[in-house]
Amino acid sequence: MPGLTPKYGTKYMLIRKNSLQSLADTMSEPEIRGRSLWADARKRFIHNKAAVAGLAVLILVSVFASFGGWLAQYPNDEIDFMVIGQVAELGGPSFANGHYFGTDDLGRDLFARVVQGTQISLMVGIVGAAIAVVAGTLYGAIAGYVGGQVDNVMMRIVDMLMAIPYMFVIILLLVMFGRSISMLFVGIGLLSWLDMSRIVRGQTLSLKNKEFIEAAQATGVSSINIILRHILPNLLGVVAVYATLLVPLMILTESFISFLGLGVQEPNTSWGALISEGAGTMQYGTLWQLAFPLFFFVITLFSFFFIGDGLRDALDPKDR
Amino acid sequence: MNSKLLLPIALGASLMFSISVEAKMMNGEKLAKEQVFTYRLLDDIKSFDPQINTAVQGAELMRDLFEGLMNEDIKGKLIPGAATGFTLSDDKLTYTFTLRDAKWSNGEAVTAKDFVYAWRRLVDPKTASEYAWYMELMGVKNASKVVKGEVTPDQLGVRAVDDKTFEVTIDNALPYFASMTVHGSTFPVLQSVVEKHGTDWTKPGNMVGNGAYVLTDYRPGEKVVRERNPLYWDNENTIVDKTVALIINDDNQALTRYLAGEVDKTEIPAGQYPRLLKQYPKQAYSYPRSCSYIYWFNIGEKGPKSLKDVRVRKALSYAINREIITDRILQGGQYQSFNFAHQKTAGFQLPKIDYAGWTQKERDAKAVALLAEAGYGPDNPLSLTLNYNTSETHKKIAIGVSQFWKKTLGVKLTLANNEWKIHTTKQQNGDYEVSRYAWCGDYNEASTYLDLLTSYSGHNVSGYSSKEYDRLMVESKTMKNPNANYAKAEALLAEAMPFAPIYQYTGVIMLKTNLRGWPVDNLMQNWYSRALYLVEE
Amino acid sequence: MLNFIIKRLFFAVPTILVLIVFSFLLMHMAPGGPFTSERALPPEILANLEAKYGLDQPLHRQILIYLKNVVLHFDFGPSFSYKDRTVNEILSQGFPITLTYGSIAFVFAVLSGVSLGVLAAIYHNSLLDYLAVGITIGAQVLPNFVMAPILVLIFTLFLGWLPGGGWEYDDPKYIIMPVVALATSFMASIARITRSSMLEVMNANHIRTTRAKGLPTRYIILHHALKPALLPVLSYLGPTFVSMITGSVVIDMFFSTGGMGLHFVNAALNRDYSVMMGITILVGVLTILFSLVVDILYAWIDPKIRY
Repeated sequence: MPGLTPKYGTKYMLIRKNSLQSLADTMSEPEIRGRSLWADARKRFIHNKAAVAGLAVLILVSVFASFGGWLAQYPNDEIDFMVIGQVAELGGPSFANGHYFGTDDLGRDLFARVVQGTQISLMVGIVGAAIAVVAGTLYGAIAGYVGGQVDNVMMRIVDMLMAIPYMFVIILLLVMFGRSISMLFVGIGLLSWLDMSRIVRGQTLSLKNKEFIEAAQATGVSSINIILRHILPNLLGVVAVYATLLVPLMILTESFISFLGLGVQEPNTSWGALISEGAGTMQYGTLWQLAFPLFFFVITLFSFFFIGDGLRDALDPKDR
Repeated sequence: MNSKLLLPIALGASLMFSISVEAKMMNGEKLAKEQVFTYRLLDDIKSFDPQINTAVQGAELMRDLFEGLMNEDIKGKLIPGAATGFTLSDDKLTYTFTLRDAKWSNGEAVTAKDFVYAWRRLVDPKTASEYAWYMELMGVKNASKVVKGEVTPDQLGVRAVDDKTFEVTIDNALPYFASMTVHGSTFPVLQSVVEKHGTDWTKPGNMVGNGAYVLTDYRPGEKVVRERNPLYWDNENTIVDKTVALIINDDNQALTRYLAGEVDKTEIPAGQYPRLLKQYPKQAYSYPRSCSYIYWFNIGEKGPKSLKDVRVRKALSYAINREIITDRILQGGQYQSFNFAHQKTAGFQLPKIDYAGWTQKERDAKAVALLAEAGYGPDNPLSLTLNYNTSETHKKIAIGVSQFWKKTLGVKLTLANNEWKIHTTKQQNGDYEVSRYAWCGDYNEASTYLDLLTSYSGHNVSGYSSKEYDRLMVESKTMKNPNANYAKAEALLAEAMPFAPIYQYTGVIMLKTNLRGWPVDNLMQNWYSRALYLVEE
Repeated sequence: MLNFIIKRLFFAVPTILVLIVFSFLLMHMAPGGPFTSERALPPEILANLEAKYGLDQPLHRQILIYLKNVVLHFDFGPSFSYKDRTVNEILSQGFPITLTYGSIAFVFAVLSGVSLGVLAAIYHNSLLDYLAVGITIGAQVLPNFVMAPILVLIFTLFLGWLPGGGWEYDDPKYIIMPVVALATSFMASIARITRSSMLEVMNANHIRTTRAKGLPTRYIILHHALKPALLPVLSYLGPTFVSMITGSVVIDMFFSTGGMGLHFVNAALNRDYSVMMGITILVGVLTILFSLVVDILYAWIDPKIRY
């Protein structure tokens, strides 16, 4: 779809199918499954400096999002009538007047707005990724486990959906049902479950013939239970990595939607909305309006990337 | 509206341009060698067809490429265009325009038949023009019936008496009828060209016009170029050789490119006028422009119960701090508004509206009292939803208003930002509580605004209906000086408050210092490239 | 192989059909129509417009008529908002522009991305590697609606080297900024994939063996490592290429290129049904086509893959 997803490709980069596949293979080998795998993984993860730093930053950002509101001197929707109209002169970051990050173009406290925007962006990223992961995993596991014609039809459907320009669907959804956070979740979540379903299906196919599954089938455990109890836990590693790398993609998508003016409703805001407002006024001497939200946006995305890479390397210790 | 319409054209032309071509001087200034004017266009042109175009920026092009019966001068005064003048019958229902000797850009003579063809084309159901209503608004005989398909287009009340005489019959006397012919949808088109090329007739190369310029290049999404038409009747007084419109969607981007010298004229983004005025005192301009910004209150069937109480509506309107909006948010010299019609509209006398004269403190106090009287207060706060369409400026004003209402009145206001089509659909279906709206005048006369609030208007989405108001407006159509009635009508609106007036527009632009002739005094902002010129710096 | 291609092409037909019907229905479900405007149109004028554009027909008939025109006459209909122009005209004007800057940006992104990735992999865990990782992630997360205005501020306003917008096919000055703004994030993605896949390959057994044999690193990389390492990059390039050549709303908006990217969003917001459909179909077809091309290339490079 015409450039509607400037970061369209990100998905393919993040979810490198080959390495995920290899990770999935490793995870389903019985001899390294179980407790030792996770313990080893943790050890490897802790030794990955970039990943640990990413985790630390992410925790700090989360703390900022959760408790930053307590430090804010103003609510996020209140216009400071002393500042409005002279934002370039009076609205800069200042401890004296309590606007730690300065104010936005209307004289609203940017600190409070960044705190609140961080909440929304993180939420969109995490909930969107969760929707994609849950939908993709269930769909893929069912297709793979049931197999045969059902699998065939289900996978054809995925192939078809892959040809649809997704941003188009998101825009139409937001247009049709009005913009709301829940619509954003659904739309963004819908964007990314297809790849997941393919990986999970392939994985399920190979797991299906493993002895422990056959044993479960022989003892009369229902299909649903087999999928939930035996197949899914074995996919946990793949899912974890996928989810971590999906979150930044969601956040990027949200920022683009906000740029189009289809983001969350005022007085709520998001990183995307703040950045796009800040970028519009950057040459008018109010650079802080771009700098603060962009800073949080960038460090968070960096963190997710590092954590995702770290997780994958930790769970799939092929020499990398 | 102006009785001195019949200026002989020779005089008009010589008054406007005292130019000596050899010396390349104009009003004592040396003309620049290169006469190319470049301006910023916000959006791509939707249509180059005078009868199809609906956009203001499209109309700017129409005025260069075609010429209607009448034109406007730099002050917005009506002057002869393709017609040298007109006579009006005693019953005030028949206008007879005399056409000047002029040529189309392909060399054919401009005749009354071309006008007849274009005017019929506008209302013909086959053309399916979105502006067909304009001819109904002009009250041309049978216009509505033609649009509805009840009679054929040749029944429209227009006639070519001979090649140089164009006659129009209207249903009711309309004092400002002649000024309505300045509008692009009444411009002539050449039948042979339209029929030969079909919808492709507006492509550069195909298009034949009678304006001072011809369309030479159009690159969608990028630029539109028009160049001097040597066959134009007043070609020798036309100075700008070429006008280039660069399409730049983003306001800030446009300003950057202006500052980089790529365009000679651009709009100033909201809030940046004071800074630019300080930095470039000779380039930043603000002047009145005929548009008015309001918030509709829905008092119709689907509206909330609270808004049916006039005290609530008044309280809401009073509590809006318009000074903050104009001086701190927009900052482009906009006018605080307490009425509907733009206060600079020709002949319009602003009535005395009580709350316009109060201080904001007084208004706030009165608002609190009124709302309490209506039964709303801290225990029973008023909850409303405000609709606005996606735009940085609308958003800022909505946020401002939500703060005023929250702080002063404790109103819980939900902001609903919708994209344009949804916003408009909801508004027109009466599916809103409070909704942003702006109306721009079609012609320089207050009825272009005030007709909207009549109970029979298709644009009255508030549900306001007053017999007295309707009577005033109907009566105004035949009055010698209708402005007295307009003032009374405005007073009625201030009492009933079917909307909260917010502000009245100004054009806020950057203009290169060597550009002359921009009609800053024309409320309608009808500018013509041929009236502009560039001087040597 | 031929069988596989035929099967895929055969399968593309119902996919496109579903795409058309699905988009058509979604589009028409959205509130407001192409003729909703500030001034509510009198019903008789609206009726005339709907008759002219065939919107007075029941929806299923509209779809059938549309399909018939597209399939039989390759006619995507008139635009609803650009009333002098047809969708065919709009696409044939806008697509070559996005194709031009998109292809250049693509080549640029692939060359620089792959080089950066390979370098980072070779000098794994060195300063160069960290720098490359930092730059690529940075380039990836910087939204291009921030980058585009910054480019214009620097190169147009402050330095005065490049025009701030516009388009000329034969003047590189107009093409540089769109290409850079479009290519950056893709370049970063490609670099990241290349790096990690290169690392993987370099550690694989057969490369270790060649290394042990003492062959020069440059030789090993060029003759043994690069090809397998680029396979994952290849699967990324298919969709990337399509998304680059169909343009970007940000690029077309900030640089006034006149490309196709802007049309999509505008058509959605203006309810320009026919333009919207035309672009959707074009992009859908290109997506299917290039994923097929990638699969064929894959099989060609890696003979182990059988279809």
